[in-house]
Amino acid sequence: MITKRIIPCLDVRDGRVVKGTNFLGLRDVSSPVDLARYYSENGADELVFYDITASSDGRKLFTDILVETASTVFIPLTVGGGINTLADFDRVLKCGADKVSVNSGAIRNPSLIGEAAKRYGSQCVVLSVDIKRVDGTFHVFAKGGREDTGKDALEWIRFGLAEGAGELVINSIDTDGVKGGFDLPMLRAVCEIADVPVIASGGAGCAEDFVKLFQSIPGVDAGLAASIFHFGEVRIEDLKKLLASHNIPMRI
Amino acid sequence: MTGIIDYGVGNLFSLCSSFAFIGERAIVSGDRDELSACERILLPGVGAFADAADKLRESGLDAFVLEAASSGKPLLGICLGMQLLFERSYEFGDYAGLGLLKGKIVPIPDQNHTLKIPQIGWNALHFPQDKPKGPLFRDVHEGDCVYFVHSFYATDCADSVSATTEYGIELTAAAESGNVFGTQFHPEKSGTVGLKILRSFCALG
Repeated sequence: MITKRIIPCLDVRDGRVVKGTNFLGLRDVSSPVDLARYYSENGADELVFYDITASSDGRKLFTDILVETASTVFIPLTVGGGINTLADFDRVLKCGADKVSVNSGAIRNPSLIGEAAKRYGSQCVVLSVDIKRVDGTFHVFAKGGREDTGKDALEWIRFGLAEGAGELVINSIDTDGVKGGFDLPMLRAVCEIADVPVIASGGAGCAEDFVKLFQSIPGVDAGLAASIFHFGEVRIEDLKKLLASHNIPMRI
Repeated sequence: MTGIIDYGVGNLFSLCSSFAFIGERAIVSGDRDELSACERILLPGVGAFADAADKLRESGLDAFVLEAASSGKPLLGICLGMQLLFERSYEFGDYAGLGLLKGKIVPIPDQNHTLKIPQIGWNALHFPQDKPKGPLFRDVHEGDCVYFVHSFYATDCADSVSATTEYGIELTAAAESGNVFGTQFHPEKSGTVGLKILRSFCALG
């Protein structure tokens, strides 16, 4: 049986992990390479690297650490942030990324999804969507969740799937940072229209939130989180044991 | 030395780094003389069957793969590279494969529309009870998970199946016949289990 995936997300600026960590035994707590290796050895099923660098110097540092990570960590690597063109896809894929996640770049240029799917295959193209409720409907937000595009999120997702997006990352701005659990109603609405893997993001505050997520929405394939893993509040190994004890299929 | 065949299909970064990581020498090449000098041959591949089969033929490397196989050198096909080892594929048509393994490639069935196709993610390996475990899996345990990304799978290949996985139905996860091996999953993306499989492959030949 296919297992549900647990995915830590690392925000990287100028080649360093932005949010500090406090893992014992890590040589350098803000080294993306060390952290990626740590997660990979401790049960992570996949890693997401999110490049929040603005400068081209920072971009170079990012691709350097990507090469180093992909040379020592042998689980799927997804890269997002600053992906606006096919050249950006090319740049990160050559450095060892397996999948590339597009967000604002696809909002600005919607044909990017289809062009990338055609060139690299759907399995390579992850559509990441930041969603927030506005007057009772789901809106797509751009620029890291700061700007309301006015687009209906479910229509945008349908469009992305038709263009060939191979996976979806659904990040609820309403629950993000609140640590009160994943946005189950939003995820349920997305799972009803999605025929590709759905990765839930935003809101995980404790291990039980993942149990609730996978138990209530069978269509969700993976749970993604950042701070609860980075701060050691939840250890991925313990989380997976807990999920397995609730009969949720896990790679232990 | 393992020769990884470069015929313009897929991203070979992880494959090369995984060989480097386990301390095994490997080269990526589309040159048959260079590849001929290797003790082992690896046929990678992602994308569509017809496109990959065409590229392999255009590069003239299809004949090389057949020669390598008949010379007794260990040959490993990964993902689409494994599918190419079979006789035929029915992926969006009807195409001839290399015919080194008996069987055909067909879509993963989803009669009740409950499965997501492609299968993307980690799934458990099961080993057939009625035959000894294949040499690639000597250090792998029943139920160990590996990483899959595929919409099609090999069927009518009971003789060569060396591992299966369950996704709606039982799917061929790996096959072998003599010195010819294939894995539907990606060992280079399957963590320590995958590295063990690559190490075992490097111990052959």
